[in-house]
Amino acid sequence: MLKKNKRLIVSLTIISVSMSITPVASAMHIMEGYLLPQYCIAWGILCVPFLVVGFLSLKKRLKENRKNITLMAMAGAFIFVISSLKIPSVTGSCSHMTGTGLGAILFGPVAVSILGIIVLLFQAILLAHGGITTLGANTFSMAIAGPLLTFILYKLGTKLKINRMVSIFIAACMGDLFTYSVTSVQLALAYPSVEGGVIPSVVKFLGVFAPTQLPLSILEGIITVLIIIALETYAKPELKMLGFYKEVK
Amino acid sequence: MSKTKRTVLILIVVAILIAFVPLFALKGAKFGGSDDAGSVMIEKISGEYKPWFTPVLENIIHGELPGEVESLLFCLQTGIGVGIFAFCMGRLVERKKWTKDKENE
Repeated sequence: MLKKNKRLIVSLTIISVSMSITPVASAMHIMEGYLLPQYCIAWGILCVPFLVVGFLSLKKRLKENRKNITLMAMAGAFIFVISSLKIPSVTGSCSHMTGTGLGAILFGPVAVSILGIIVLLFQAILLAHGGITTLGANTFSMAIAGPLLTFILYKLGTKLKINRMVSIFIAACMGDLFTYSVTSVQLALAYPSVEGGVIPSVVKFLGVFAPTQLPLSILEGIITVLIIIALETYAKPELKMLGFYKEVK
Repeated sequence: MSKTKRTVLILIVVAILIAFVPLFALKGAKFGGSDDAGSVMIEKISGEYKPWFTPVLENIIHGELPGEVESLLFCLQTGIGVGIFAFCMGRLVERKKWTKDKENE
């Protein structure tokens, strides 16, 4: 089982990395074909180091203790579920959450990049949601930038001794929001406004994504907290293994 | 313990409210994807734009993925996720039931 899993992770990584390097690569929340090739390549290359480090860190976790696979699978599955649910929002359009916050809090931000890219590939290939060419850019926003902010905020929260659930909520919520902000910036870089250049363009794209995403990011925060409560109740040994309680208790 | 339960209950209710209130509050809204809203915005900013690459699957089947099939695939994704998650959670819950270790307060 373990070997199989490892092989699966390795092959998925190879596929995804090769895809993000080649010009015919793909991405997730930015629509297929909407980024010019040079942007696709640039974002793809930017993702590679994170993916490599992420893969190594997942491997290390498994080597430390193979029981880590349970939480790892759960964090991955969580992203699968959460990012497949399109939820109506106050602006009258639908969007979905990212679900990467949980993984970032449990395993650290780089490890999530691997879990995230699996979901992105699934959606890009089967669902025409996001795309192969924009995979690099979408991986960067959803599987790298968002989790990174989540992780930083979570650590900050523990440092400042904020109630753990509150800091998890804030971290997951802001991470989700940040994902879409990064997407806006990515789009704006590719499509600067005719007058004013990149920044007014960022504002315009944020205007599309942010109001829709705000309630959803609150939702993501709540769900992440719920999952953590469940894990704390039933998976204490595993959490301890990950050093989840190290700073707190 | 019951305090945790109360928090969980409240959180679940709030989550459901956030997810479904817009549906009833905004009657007649289309609820299209915000991804599509993005492409509309691109056209506003840079004029007409033709994507230079079409999704792999749409290339294979020569056309857009039918809505029903798309929802099938989305369900598949949810199903895979829930399956794995529920399986692990179930194991953990049972384990706690069967082990009387001292760490469980």
